[in-house]
Amino acid sequence: MTLAAATNENLASISNTLIYSAMAVYTLAFFAYIAEWLFGSRSKVGRTAAALTADARARAAGPAVTVKKNGGTAVLERPKVVVRATAGARDVPDGPGAHGGDEQGDMYGRIAVSLTALAFLVELGGVIARAASVERAPWGNMYEFNITFSTVAVGVYLTLLALKKNVRWLGLFLITSVLLDLGLAVTVLYTASDQLVPALHSYWLYIHVSTAILCGAVFYVGAVTTILYLFKDSYENKLATGGKPGAFANSVMDRLPASASLDKFAYRVNAAVFPLWTFTIIAGAIWAGDAWGRYWGWDPKETWAFITWVAYACYLHARATAGWKGRKAAYLALIAFGCWLFNYYGVNIFVSGKHSYAGV
Amino acid sequence: MSKTTPDAPAESGAPDDQDLGAAGSQLSTAPTDTLASVPGLGVIGWARWFWRQLTSMRVALLLLLLLALGAIPGSLIPQSGSDETKVAEFRAAHETLAQLYDRLGLFHVYSSVWFSAIYILLFVSLIGCIVPRTWQFVGQLRGRPPGAPKRLTRLPAYTTWRTDAEPEQVREAALALLKKRRFRAHLAGDAVAAEKGYLREIGNLAFHIALIVMLVAFAWGQLFKTEGNKLVVEGDGFSNTLTQYDDFKSGTLFSTDDLTPFSFSLKDFTGTYETSGPNKGTPRTYQAALTYSVGAYGKGKKKSVVKVNHPLEIGESKVYLTAHGYAPVVTVRDGKGDIVYSDAVPLLPLDSNVTSSGVVKVLDGYRNAKGVGEQLAFQAFFLPSYVKGMETASTFPALRNPVLNLAPYHGDLGVNSGIPQSVYQLDTTHMKEFKDSKGLQLRSNLKPGDTMTLPDGAGSITYEGTKEWANFQITQQPGSDWALVGSFGAIFGLAASLFIQRRRVWVRATRGADGVTVVEMAGLGRSESAKVPEELGDLAGILYDQAPGASGPENDSATSPDPHVVPAEGAEK
Ligand code: HEM
Repeated sequence: MTLAAATNENLASISNTLIYSAMAVYTLAFFAYIAEWLFGSRSKVGRTAAALTADARARAAGPAVTVKKNGGTAVLERPKVVVRATAGARDVPDGPGAHGGDEQGDMYGRIAVSLTALAFLVELGGVIARAASVERAPWGNMYEFNITFSTVAVGVYLTLLALKKNVRWLGLFLITSVLLDLGLAVTVLYTASDQLVPALHSYWLYIHVSTAILCGAVFYVGAVTTILYLFKDSYENKLATGGKPGAFANSVMDRLPASASLDKFAYRVNAAVFPLWTFTIIAGAIWAGDAWGRYWGWDPKETWAFITWVAYACYLHARATAGWKGRKAAYLALIAFGCWLFNYYGVNIFVSGKHSYAGV
Repeated sequence: MSKTTPDAPAESGAPDDQDLGAAGSQLSTAPTDTLASVPGLGVIGWARWFWRQLTSMRVALLLLLLLALGAIPGSLIPQSGSDETKVAEFRAAHETLAQLYDRLGLFHVYSSVWFSAIYILLFVSLIGCIVPRTWQFVGQLRGRPPGAPKRLTRLPAYTTWRTDAEPEQVREAALALLKKRRFRAHLAGDAVAAEKGYLREIGNLAFHIALIVMLVAFAWGQLFKTEGNKLVVEGDGFSNTLTQYDDFKSGTLFSTDDLTPFSFSLKDFTGTYETSGPNKGTPRTYQAALTYSVGAYGKGKKKSVVKVNHPLEIGESKVYLTAHGYAPVVTVRDGKGDIVYSDAVPLLPLDSNVTSSGVVKVLDGYRNAKGVGEQLAFQAFFLPSYVKGMETASTFPALRNPVLNLAPYHGDLGVNSGIPQSVYQLDTTHMKEFKDSKGLQLRSNLKPGDTMTLPDGAGSITYEGTKEWANFQITQQPGSDWALVGSFGAIFGLAASLFIQRRRVWVRATRGADGVTVVEMAGLGRSESAKVPEELGDLAGILYDQAPGASGPENDSATSPDPHVVPAEGAEK
């Protein structure tokens, strides 16, 4: 065996160790998130209920304080902007997050985020070691695709946190699925490291697949938010019509942002990557043009990328169409993400086509 | 108490028009979806109704959904356009189902009547949507942002303060500030009206137009495209004329004059393979070294290497490397020892280790031992890496230990019967086997340099060595540049349309009952973006510095605290 091959095998086993370590740290983070939710449940929030059951006339009175006195002196503060939901939308405040204002819960939440960041770094190291061991980008088969995908998804989450977006409530849901994804990767999908067949040698591969992974990760964040939106929305509907949700629903739902905020966040996330997804498909077409002599051949993978694209276009149109906003649009968003998932798993496993050399 | 839900009346993202009057109107060019009333009388009434339906957002949405649904069967059922053999297998396996599929065009979904109908309707709808929206947008650009609504407090972002500055002064300052911030602003009555972010609409229109450009480019490409294959053995060449192709397909409007004139010859083909590990034998590189020349007369030779992902581009034509294999060089001699055939014979690969088969056909020039003219054929079986005991399959794709297995025949190949024959297949109906001494069919393994002698002075065949061949696909697809331009136009249009906010700002300055100036500012975006209040706060902060707050009682203060109060930018100092 050559020296180079030996180093590569070493790197590959380092990569495996790092991936398993990352799983361990994610598991710790998972428990910390659980603790955050548990301690958060001690506090009484009830903002949503208060807003939805308060006297309607009080709210209709118009916007609130605009100018305030400043601590006894006669000097006025600068003007404050009053935000008001547009007509037709519910005016409900956002929940405080998983910790529910509980100090201990908040501490566990911070621990969870730190652990997530640590696990992310470890996993990233695993992905890089894998890439170094095969001397190419780490997405030649589904195992590599999975570990890269979950790294990027967590990266997106941490980036949103770093940008001071209010997304910590996503943590538990995201980490749960990351653990599932990694579990699947190391058990079912594991493939010994290897190099690529000639058709996969192209810089368009790097562009096409890296953007595809990023889009998937962001679409995923959008889909999780959309599901939470659907729950929160029916919770608010129930409250608004005088229903009494159970204690568990109360405790969890009240801590999430308002349904309108979740909806808006999901929309923004999906809309933000849609141009990139468009670009991903075009980059794929350019690559197919170079590799197979045609830009578009309705290969199953291509077809499902197209279907996903059209489904997201439907979603964006639905948001601009009266009568389709809200829940109906949300269902479309979930269908669109389902198409993406099917393209990623289903097509590789159930349908044969030119893309199937990607090695399940 | 009425229940409010998110899908209540508000249309096209803007707040209720009843609330805002003209202020909220036309913040986008999206068609308002009035549920079309029952059509008026007569054909024209119906036509108009149909057209209005077709160009509504609802129907566009429906057609998009249908397009996505319609694309699904094509990914699950074998398609004749991409894999004819799979279709044949399917037909054989499910006869009745295949008939049904045939009737529904499910073996060629993407060129079927119903799929075409969906996308043609969609694009008619798209054009019917873009044209009026463009005019509407031009009208909006010509006009001015609508004046301030009566009650600014009803807008999604609002702020107010009292100042000692004169109302005129405040309005002037506001106008200057908004213009400096690249708002389109003007004074209307007691307020300044301003709007920004028109690029959003331009982007959205550009995106939808780009979709049309792409579709036209694809259609154009389909009509004029050509696609052909040519197998070339090392040392041989090809020139781009119709007769030289092994097979050739073209669009309906293609004419032979459209073929780009060029020629090339294959100098050398190189394939390398993984030599160890679990993926032993997996190809690592394929490349074909060519010399080529552009133009009809083959002047000025240039060199190029064609790889799997790197086609050679000459004008509108592209030369792709699509397959490769081996072509053993053989020499056939008759009984007198005269050479009757000497050439490289391309064989077709059967598996990933390039076990290959084919036929050596000697059509003319051969006379048998009795001097009678006959034809010869050799059924050839080739293993690039032969290992003793593994007679039927090669063990590795590269030429490690090549062995050519030949079985000779003589007689009439039947090539003059008029029925086209594959060069890789042997029709033995009029051919006789050569027998060995035991009366069995003669067959033997040759190594390079070996000769097989045919019985009874019938001649011999020598395996001289091995060349490689490469298959090239030559395509010409006009319009692909336009498709590319269209697709990048679509991306930029989309980005502009999704990332740019179109928003309006109003600044009203009036003298209050007590003689003190009251400044009110409000902002309205197409969607409820956090950016609108932020920007308003920013603008208010600057304007506040120019028209500072007045002291005195503030009687406007409402009592209920509002959790949504966002501090104006820079207000925390
Ligand atoms: C080929 C099919 C089509 C595709 C893929 C497509 C795609 C899109 C996308 C992705 C958007 C989102 C941009 C945004 O939210 O601002 C959009 C917006 C829009 N589309 Fe289409 N579209 C198609 C056909 C149509 C048709 C037929 C119409 C006319 C009825 C139409 C009218 C609109 C309008 C008015 C908007 C802007 C909505 C808004 O202002 O939010 N589109 N389209």
